[in-house]
Amino acid sequence: MAALQELVNHYNHWIAVFLMVAGLYVVVARGNMVKKLVGLSLFQTSVYLIYLTPGKIIGGTAPILSDEFTVYSNPLPHVLILTAIVVGIATIALGLALVVRINEAFGSIEEDEIFEKDVEA
Amino acid sequence: MIVDNLPALQVIVPLLGAILCVLVRRGWLAWFIALVVSWIVPLIAVALILQVLDGGVISYAMGGWAPPVGIEYRVDLLSAFVLLLISMVGAVMLPYANLSVESEISDGKRAWFYALYLLCMTGMLGISITGDAFNAFVFLEVSSLSTYAMIALGKDRRALLAAYQYLIMGTIGATFYVIAIGILYTMTGTLNMVDMSGRLGDVATVRPLFAALAFLTVGISLKFALFPLHSWLPNAYAYAPTFATAFLASTATKAAVYLILRFFFSVYGVALVFGIHPISEMLIALSLMAMFGASIVAVYQDNIKRMLAYSSVAQIGYITLGFGLANVPGLTGGVVHLANHAVTKGALFLAVGGIVYRMGAAHLDDFKGIGKKMPLTMAGFTIAGLSIIGVPGTAGFISKWYLAIAALEHGWGWLVMLLVLSSLISVIYIGRVVEVAYFREPEGKVMNATEMPLSMLIPAWVMILATIYFGIETSWTAGIASQIATDLLAGVQ
Repeated sequence: MAALQELVNHYNHWIAVFLMVAGLYVVVARGNMVKKLVGLSLFQTSVYLIYLTPGKIIGGTAPILSDEFTVYSNPLPHVLILTAIVVGIATIALGLALVVRINEAFGSIEEDEIFEKDVEA
Repeated sequence: MIVDNLPALQVIVPLLGAILCVLVRRGWLAWFIALVVSWIVPLIAVALILQVLDGGVISYAMGGWAPPVGIEYRVDLLSAFVLLLISMVGAVMLPYANLSVESEISDGKRAWFYALYLLCMTGMLGISITGDAFNAFVFLEVSSLSTYAMIALGKDRRALLAAYQYLIMGTIGATFYVIAIGILYTMTGTLNMVDMSGRLGDVATVRPLFAALAFLTVGISLKFALFPLHSWLPNAYAYAPTFATAFLASTATKAAVYLILRFFFSVYGVALVFGIHPISEMLIALSLMAMFGASIVAVYQDNIKRMLAYSSVAQIGYITLGFGLANVPGLTGGVVHLANHAVTKGALFLAVGGIVYRMGAAHLDDFKGIGKKMPLTMAGFTIAGLSIIGVPGTAGFISKWYLAIAALEHGWGWLVMLLVLSSLISVIYIGRVVEVAYFREPEGKVMNATEMPLSMLIPAWVMILATIYFGIETSWTAGIASQIATDLLAGVQ
């Protein structure tokens, strides 16, 4: 029972870990280049959740300087993750742009078809 | 005023240069801006290293927010050494870029290429100077993203695939790094590296710290292509524009290696990294596999750029071998090999770039008898090749010498034997090219080849002379590296 309680208490971490592994699995297992990028995006997003979880205090407010509020959530993880989101967007945008160029150059975005056309690649 | 703000200028100057390059749009003007910036940046780096040698560590509070709350730029001897290395390589290579880039990249894209180059430079300098773990991630991605785009600008369509593969692998590596920083932040409540290092001792449960260490090691190793995480590197270097290959081979992996040094020795400290888990043994084993595996693969490559790329993977093995040995001569060898490999591999790629410029490719067949047609280029290639092998009198020898001393200090004679054996493999792959270049008769396209233009020849020869210079006069390389190694092992902040 205690173990179950432990499991439930950390449900947010389980979700994050599940998303992380699922994302990484898609990157490894899929041959379609767009799907790979979607997996990569999922993988990155799961990390955002890992950051945000410990920053939240139940009943805490935004960090406002006032005598009325003494319990507040840590704003720093949010700021970090805003930055990470921007980096993530740039990465996925660049990745998709590369896929467009690959499609123009090879006529396919399936890895195995492309490798058939270019043995050395 | 300017002197006080040098740490910030080190990063901001190339960043502004990149924006200017995009605004001017003209290829030659963008090249000129990049040239000016590339020559200013090492001046700042020299000023910084002189300040550090003179008065110790420089701590700069970005935007006036005092650390550990604000972002700190922290220049110690290791930072200053890497800053100087990266910026000097850029300054020497950039005059070479104009013709080489003109022959490989179309008019409309040239200004963008120089913008990417400067952004990449910004990122690498940023990694080396920042004292904030998350800030280092942002710079890591600034340099990586611009690198992916630079590689994709290669002529061959396979450059696109190489860039895509690198993007996937690099992003996984960067995300692992973010996970590690997240764990460390949760456990210590700080992002400042020095502050973090101080608080690590107070952490009650150490298991998360080791999880973070594992993520860090794998993530950063992906970025600097530690065997067996190197699969992105050979294609990326083979198909990128030649100038980009030369620049990246000399610098990109070095910035990532700097980051892992920083975490291993400054943040975690020797006791925590090497004391509990067999990280030292693991690093030595992987390094040996890189030295042998990648060198043997290099022997079978017909594309010379690809061959040198595999050789880079092997050379990274020598660097990490020094870290794995974790004593003063070992660490000195590893750190000094950052510089020695940068000049050596830079010289090799610049020489090959000259052949690509004349022949349009760097296949082994294009080298037939080229020693007679491009004597200066091939002589340079041969000298730099001797440095890869580690012949006394060249830079490569110095690094291997320190590594051998480090192995003997552990009483591992077999490791010295393996060092010599792995060097013999590099004799084969360098010798193969030299044999074709000097002892075959020129035929086909080679008949019309002439020496590469002076603006390319001079930077290539500056690099080549540097490989000889650093093999004889070592106070700027090995002297500083041994000081760094002593500081790192003593845990000096």
